[in-house]
Amino acid sequence: MLYAILCYNDEDTVWSWSQEEDKAVMDRLAVVNERLTKAGKMGASLRLLPTTAATTLRKTQDPPLVIDGPFAETKEQLLGFYIIDVADLEDALGVARELAEANPGGAYEIRPIALFNPDARSPAPSTTHQ
Amino acid sequence: MTDPAWINAALTSARPPALGALLRYFHDLDTAEEAFQDACLRALKTWPVNGPPRDPKAWLIMVGRNAALDGVRRRGKQNGLPPEETLSDLEDAEAALAERLDGSHYRDDILRLLFICCQPDLPDTQQIALALRIVCGLTVPQIAKAFLVGEAAMEQRITRAKARIAQANVPYEVPSAAERSERLAAVAAMVYLVFNAGYSAGSNPARGELCGEAIRLARLLLRLFQTEPEIMGLTALMLLQHARAAARFDAAGEIILLDDQDRALWDGKLIAEGLALIDKAMRSHRPGPYQVQAAIAALHARAARPQDTDWAGIDALYAALERMQPSPVVTLNRAVAVSKVRGPAEALAMIEPLAGRLGGYFHFFGAKGAFLLQLGRSKEAHAAFDQAIALAGTPAEAAYIRMNIDRLIRESGG
Repeated sequence: MLYAILCYNDEDTVWSWSQEEDKAVMDRLAVVNERLTKAGKMGASLRLLPTTAATTLRKTQDPPLVIDGPFAETKEQLLGFYIIDVADLEDALGVARELAEANPGGAYEIRPIALFNPDARSPAPSTTHQ
Repeated sequence: MTDPAWINAALTSARPPALGALLRYFHDLDTAEEAFQDACLRALKTWPVNGPPRDPKAWLIMVGRNAALDGVRRRGKQNGLPPEETLSDLEDAEAALAERLDGSHYRDDILRLLFICCQPDLPDTQQIALALRIVCGLTVPQIAKAFLVGEAAMEQRITRAKARIAQANVPYEVPSAAERSERLAAVAAMVYLVFNAGYSAGSNPARGELCGEAIRLARLLLRLFQTEPEIMGLTALMLLQHARAAARFDAAGEIILLDDQDRALWDGKLIAEGLALIDKAMRSHRPGPYQVQAAIAALHARAARPQDTDWAGIDALYAALERMQPSPVVTLNRAVAVSKVRGPAEALAMIEPLAGRLGGYFHFFGAKGAFLLQLGRSKEAHAAFDQAIALAGTPAEAAYIRMNIDRLIRESGG
């Protein structure tokens, strides 16, 4: 069963981490990620830039309206997500708990996936500026 | 959740809104700072035990306000409020407060907090020191180290600046739209001052951190004013410049020019964010100096190799900046682009009329020497470089020019 683990946290707090704190969290997550990948449970994952870099297309009118900023003003923001392949919800929660131990604070929303189109491009897209 | 790093990050990010709200209550910076400090101490004591509150900002405001009122009452020999550890549940009060503080309140509180640091009669260095102390929460020793001055001197500088703002009569009412946009412009300029204090500091790591603080302030402003293209531009500009930090100096702390930098050391994540923001800003068709400067930085960032740089585009952007903000320094920068597009002779002709106004400016003589060198006029180049060295503001600047002179001497066989 495919689940998405949606990572929510207070963006201001997360972007207040020092470089060392950020690296420490990322290193801890990398360990968990590798373990879960070996167990065949971890799929793609990504981290989003701050919501200040977001643009929203409101489709409720024609033509759609382009708005600066995220879709919803919330106390905690969507900062990234993982795709996991596990047996059931209990298993998914287990994965989320492992990730939570490496990266405390905020919340994970565990959401079953209805349709998944894998990335057909190869190699993986670059995350850098080029 | 209750580990010290998380609590520290939460306190750091809660500082501007919480301190801003406390300032609105007490109309006095010292009282507000003490109240916030008090709240932080209590947070460090209670959060690890009870778990963090649902809304750290609201908790800190509430507890800070109570602590300060308590102090006032105690001084007046009256009964204080019970300490928050004995309160069974802060939640209701917290939620109500959070509701009132959400959105526009936080926005004006934070803007006011930043705005008091940039009173026009305060010299730049004091504005920067105040913002770092008050808004960013850096300690006096940290700030002193960044500016290479003694702690006592820095303490005095901050105390003096605070005395000035106490007399400045900052209005506490909700600002009008026009006042708000004036404040925003002043605050943006101050944030860029903080950034430049870090950026121009050479490889001094304590001061380099100021760039990070300025970016944090800009992200905060952008969260509050998400549709302001100039705030997007300012944030993008700083992100794109800071992205090159690891490539700007060699192991000995000497400057590495853009053309010679190892672009693999540029921070791809900062560049991606900067490019995303300037892209967004330009869609608004409300150009401004920060956006134009960010667009210039973006053209550099997009070039995989120096020879891929769109110098014609940079020339055009500097021309736009010259129209918005005429200044000899902008013209000087444009001349560098012109030298790449139309050759050093035209560039030299462009900067010669600036000699009077830029006669005390290191970069003027650095650029002049470089153009003369490209034109094969080595004797005049040498003279220009000598003048540059005399005006160098940092050892790294002087070392860079000396390198050019050494090359000149080697090439002339002398």
